[in-house]
Formats: sequence, structure tokens, C-alpha cells
Amino acid sequence: MSIDLSQFIPTFLEESFEGLELMESSLLTLEQGDNDSIHAIFRAAHSIKGGAGTFGFDKVTDFTHEVETLLDEMRDGRRSVNQSDVNLLLKSVDCIKLLIECARDGQECNDPSINEVHIDLEHTLNSSRAVENPQESEQSSSEGKGDNSWFISFKPNHEMLQTGNDPIHIFNALEELGSLLVEVDVSELPPLKVLHPEECYFTWQLTLQSPCEAEDISEIFEWVEDDCELSIIKLDQERVSVDGINANQGMTPEALSVAEESNQIITSAAENSNTENKPKTEIKAKPVADGGSIRVGIDKVDALINRVGELVITQAMLQQVGEELLDDEHDLVSKLREGLSQLEGNTRDLQEDVMRIRMLPISFVFNRFPRMVYDISAKLAKKVELKLTGEQTELDKTVMEKIGDPLVHLVRNSLDHGLETPEERLAAGKSETGTVHLNAYHQGGYIVIDISDDGRGLNTEKIKQKAIEKELISADHNLSDDEINALIFAPGFSTADAVSDLSGRGVGMDVVRRNIESLGGHVSLTSEAGKGSTFSVCLPLTLAILDGQLVNVGGEIYIVPLISIVESVQVAKDAIKKLAGCDSLYLFRDEYIPLYNIRQLFTIPNTPKEHDEGMIIIIENGGGKFAMVVDELLSQQQVVLKSLERNYMSVEGISGATILGDGEVALIVDIKGLASLKLKKSRPVKAQLILANEVQEIA
Amino acid sequence: MTTGTVEFEDNSEQGNMHQYLSFILAGEEYAADILKVQEIRDWTSSTLIPNSPPYIEGVLNLRGDIIPIINLRTRFCLAPSEQLLNRIVIVLNIETNGRQRLMGLLVDAVADTYNVNMDNVKPAPPSSSVIDNEFIVGLTTLEKKLVILLDVDQLLSSDELAVA
Repeated sequence: MSIDLSQFIPTFLEESFEGLELMESSLLTLEQGDNDSIHAIFRAAHSIKGGAGTFGFDKVTDFTHEVETLLDEMRDGRRSVNQSDVNLLLKSVDCIKLLIECARDGQECNDPSINEVHIDLEHTLNSSRAVENPQESEQSSSEGKGDNSWFISFKPNHEMLQTGNDPIHIFNALEELGSLLVEVDVSELPPLKVLHPEECYFTWQLTLQSPCEAEDISEIFEWVEDDCELSIIKLDQERVSVDGINANQGMTPEALSVAEESNQIITSAAENSNTENKPKTEIKAKPVADGGSIRVGIDKVDALINRVGELVITQAMLQQVGEELLDDEHDLVSKLREGLSQLEGNTRDLQEDVMRIRMLPISFVFNRFPRMVYDISAKLAKKVELKLTGEQTELDKTVMEKIGDPLVHLVRNSLDHGLETPEERLAAGKSETGTVHLNAYHQGGYIVIDISDDGRGLNTEKIKQKAIEKELISADHNLSDDEINALIFAPGFSTADAVSDLSGRGVGMDVVRRNIESLGGHVSLTSEAGKGSTFSVCLPLTLAILDGQLVNVGGEIYIVPLISIVESVQVAKDAIKKLAGCDSLYLFRDEYIPLYNIRQLFTIPNTPKEHDEGMIIIIENGGGKFAMVVDELLSQQQVVLKSLERNYMSVEGISGATILGDGEVALIVDIKGLASLKLKKSRPVKAQLILANEVQEIA
Repeated sequence: MTTGTVEFEDNSEQGNMHQYLSFILAGEEYAADILKVQEIRDWTSSTLIPNSPPYIEGVLNLRGDIIPIINLRTRFCLAPSEQLLNRIVIVLNIETNGRQRLMGLLVDAVADTYNVNMDNVKPAPPSSSVIDNEFIVGLTTLEKKLVILLDVDQLLSSDELAVA
């Protein structure tokens, strides 16, 4: 029987990374005597080791094995939990991650840190062996000579067979290790009437004569250990390894009692009695209770979302038809309308439900911060308390994947620039420990993530000086404090006096802003000197749906993302000024902003209207504003984003398309692309544009 | 058409047969590989794409897919059609750079389906027409008419539309 294991590798990787995350977060909160956490960490390490072994990632297996050994000692209470061990384990988690990533990419992993940590681990383990467990080290040296007797008690859960595990395979594998004696206990076999043919009612006692180690045996049971009660005991009464019994319990006493009991069973095996009297020392393995989730390919979810998008469009189409039906008196018409309004409600619910499939709690992003703050605060010698709230706030997976890095940058910024050193804080009359608070919440179709610190706040004066120095503003610019503070998002701006490896390269904030804006969100900040600053990141909940303003330009319908619209005004003709003949400016609240003529930019052929017949939309684009002339404002609605590239190609100034209620396609305006399109169009073809304008004037 | 018909028509020449769908464009007959044709539909007005080449008529909603429509007359530098109604869009499932894409061809009318023996297809004489030779598989004579066989995969993959 050969199975192509490679198909399971992605699942293994995904689970391993989740496991590593869990290890990390548990390690950070680990306290003395917190057995639950140690068990959780141990389990995660153990399943990574098992999986890696299956797929032949030997380096991962070897390394994780050392980690597991260390954890095992902690779990048994043979080793106390101290800070240096926790640090070592955290480093090990990083190494395992690195090793798995290398294994995934099929590369050799030559990072020197792995060897260092490996040596550290071995060192730590050896010292403990030498000091705390002298017998065991002797014993392990005496092991491997001659045969050992092993007693294995194996009690599968009733459901074990359903997972595709057959005990006979396990026994065959065991037999390869040495001579095996199998005894089966059939006492739990129910009467035929109530017997379920797919369940397993037997318990086995196995005696194995083999020179093997405990690990060799537990490895054979690797796949079933969650589905059974298992104990492996060396028959010279000395407990060597106990593995796989419900790990939530401190198992030492139980295991020992089983060991004693096992000797009884062996001695009385001929009579085959005693088993009924067997005291219930073992605790049943915990049933799987993780809320019942399934792994589904993202493409399937996307297909479903698309399909629902179609349904919404069809529903809108029917709704329109229903409203146009004039015959109010007719019984059927009112019934039809009733049905249609029900359909509307159901469709909307369905759409929301489907969208929620892609939603994940933001804790997936937040989880990386405790570790990061821990590391950085140690490096900066600052005392930091990290507060996380609103971790259960949900947002779209694609947004989540892209928001991680900008958030990391903002948090680093708060730690590095925002918070003071403990001495400075005490001098300023604050508590020694600074606070960084990450808070996520929903606000009207958007998710807002606040990153606030209680540090020194932004130095507005310094920012102003720097901005003048970098010629971002002129000295006589009269700006409010908020406007000055917002300059830190300008490209090439950095106030850090020294470039550290944390921040200060001056690429940070504008990259953060660009990344957030490319997701259709924006970032803002408030700051109070001496009290701290708050960065607010506002993001759309999903990238698949967009709130749009429908506009008409020359008979074509375009959709402008609502989030970038500041306001819409009637064209005031005297507010339009010409610049150098062909560029237009619009006077908006004592401010000249560029005026974009969509008709020109998109080369729309229909006869142009005079400006004063149209509307002007004021658009906010990454800090700058511009005005856009359209013929008419239509309705506002939620639209489902569709790709133009799928069948065609990307179009400058257009971010995608959608299908309107009447089945027509409408294009969605890409605000950012519009600015660059404007630049492109106005430069080389300036002469042509003038020509075109003249022709229009003549006509 | 069934296999039976193929055998009946071509008992003598087994093998290199391909089925083509032919259509009319400015009085001439062109044909596209029928296996690439997904459906045929009436033309409905499409949405303009800003700054697209003139032969891109726009995009249409095909049951939720947004597909580009190519005006073949404009593409082949033929005079624009006077007839605005009853034009036909042939929806093709083409493959460019290993990617499946849908695209519509705006043509005057659909004509017929033919079994074409590829052995009888002659290459187009070099630079004899306004159409780029890269679009043409070859010429063949069917029922005493000249039929131009098109390589539809090339229609979207040439020039500025070459997208990875």
C-alpha cells in the first residue's frame, strides 16, 4: 500500500505553523506549575515531530525531539520552569519554524543560530541529566545491550477503527522489533444485539522482547495515540517512558500504578482473571472538541462568494422588475412583491453568512505581538505592558494577510519612539512600565485598529523642523498640529536621530500608509505631548465588496469608492481656474486642488457637457485631494468586485468591474491609478490635448 | 454533427479532420475551431473600456464573467459595419500563455459548420491581405467558397494585449 504523502504536506505545514504559534504564546505566559500550558506546548511539539518524521523532514524531527525532551522534563516536574529555559524554548520555536520553512522550500538550512540553539539545548539537557537524574543517564548508557521486556497496555477508543487505524498493522510493526506476545481482553464485548460492527471493544496486553527503546514503540502508536489509552512500561518495574495517555493529567502516579498492576496481570495471566477488577486508573482520552471546524480550500469559498454575488445581482434585477409592475390591484402582483422582498432579505442574509466564512478573528494577527514586544522591550531596556483588546473582531482573510506587516511597523514605532526608558518615565512622573494598547473594533462597515501608547507623544516642533529641512513644507506654512503630525507619513521622512535596526530608516511610515491605502483603508494619528499617541488604522472588512457611488460620465456608468469621497458639490464655474493653458484647478475651501476631467482621462467619445452642468466630487487620495468632474451622481450601492484581468487585462485608472442590477457591467475607478494616469496623459500628449480642445471648441 | 456524418463525408480520407464554425465578416467567410466556441449570442451594448485599443468594443457580462468583446472588423481593418442590429457575438474559450480566458468576437453573422480536412488547407500567401498572417491558420475551399481559418488564440495574445 503506497500513498502519495506529499499531498498532505501543505496540511502539515499549516498545522505546524499553528502549533508553533501556540507554543510561542503559551511560552510567553508560562508560569511555574502551569501544567496545562506545558502540556499544550508539549503536544504541539510532539505533533510537529510526528508529522515531520512522516514526511522525512529529519532535521525538524531531530531538533524537535530535543525540545520535546526538555519539555518532557518540565512536564514531569523533573525540571523547574525558569526564565532561561523559556528563552531557550522561544529560540527553539524560531529554529523549528526556520527548519520547517527550509524543508518546505526544499533547501538546506544552514542558519548558524540553529546549531547554537541545538548545542544550548543539548547542554541544558545534559546538565540536568547529570545533576538531577544520575540514575537515568547510567541507565541509558546501559541500555541498548541485550533484550528488554516491554509491557504495553493498549485500549483503543470505540471509534478508533473509523479513523482507518487497524490494530493488526500496529502489532505487525511491533513484531518486527522483536518477539511479541499478544493477549486480548474481550470482556467488554457487548451482546450481539447492541454490538456496533464498526466499533472496537477489545483491549490488548502486549509483551515485547526487544532491544528497542521506548521511543521506537511509541512511534508505532503515533497515529492512534489520540484515540486510545496507552501505556508502555519496561518490565523491570522502572518506568521509562509513558506517552500518549491523556496528556492533560499529571500521569506519573497513574502510570506507576499501572506498572504495578501490570506485574499482577503478568503473574496472573494464565488464569486470565483480575482484568474485571482492574481499577479505573486511566482517564479516557479527551474527545475532539475544537468547535467542529473543517479545512476548506480558499478557492471553494471564493467560488461560493462569487456565486452569491451573482444571486445578489439577479435578485436586484428581479426587484427592479417587480417595482415596475404597475398593476397594483392584481392579487398576484402583491404576492409577487411580497415574495421578492422576502427574497431580498434572504439573499442579504446569505451574502453576509458567506462573507463570514472568509472572516477570521484578528487575534491571528495580534498573536505575534506578545513575542515581538517581549523581544524588543528586552533589546531597548524598556518596561512594556502589552494590552490586547477586541481580538475577536473579525475581518477578511486577505485583508488580514496584508495588514500584519504595517501593524508590526506601527507597534515597533510605538515601542521605539513612543515609549520612554524607565528612568525618563519616572522622571516624568509616570509609572515605570509603559503600556502599548492594541484595540480592534468595528465601525460602520470598517474595522478600526488602534495602536496607542502612553509615551512621550509626538514632538510636533521637531517634526516641523524636519519637514522644513526636507523641503516637505515651507517655513511660512501655517499648519495645525495635527497636520504637522500627519507629515510623518510623507515619503522620506524620519525623525529618529540614529538609524537603529528597529526603525529610523525613513521608509517606514509612508510604506505603512501606502500598504494600508492599497487595501482601501487609511491611517490617522492623534498625539498629545507627554501623554502618548494613538495610530488608528481603518480598513474595509473585506476586499470582495465595496461601497460605491455610481456616477454618469458621457452615458457610461462608473463607480467611485465611497471611502475616498470627501464630498460632492455643484460645479461653481468661477471656481475653475486654468493652469498653464490645459491643466485645471478647482478652488475648494480656499485651497486650489487639481481638477480631473474623467471624460478626457478615459477618452469617452460622447459630446462633452459644460462643466457647470455637472457635479464635482472631491476625492481624498493619500493625504492629497483632487476634484473630479462627472455629469451626474446616481445611487450609492454595495458592489461586488470583479476582476477585469481574468479575461482581459488590467486597465489603468480602473481597479475592477462589477455587474449592476440591470446586468450591465460598470467599471470601478481606481483613485490612485487615476492620478498616475493623469500624469501620463498630460505629459506626452499635451500638444494633442490642446489640439483636441480646439477642435471641440470649433465644433 | 455526429461521427456518422464525418465518416459519410470523408470515408476515403480518415484522420486529419477538424470541425470549424464559420462566420461572415464584410462579405467574407472566416472560420474558428469549433472546440474553442463556447456559445453564440446576440450582441448587446457593452461597457466601454477607457483608453483601450479601438478594436476592443468593451466588456460584457456573461453570466457573471466579465468578458472583453473584440470587434473583428476593426481588428482586421475592415470598414465598420453599417448594420448595428442583429450582430452576433461568438464567445470563445481561448488559451493564452497557459491561461484559459473567455472572449467575445463581434461578427456580422454566423454561417455554417464544416469538417475541414487539414491536409487541404493551404497557407495564406505572404502579406497578401490586410490581416496579419499570425491570426491565420490557412485558407481552404469549401463548397466552392474561400474560407479563412483563424487561429483565435492569437487574437488576444498579440500586441499590447499580451498579458502574462
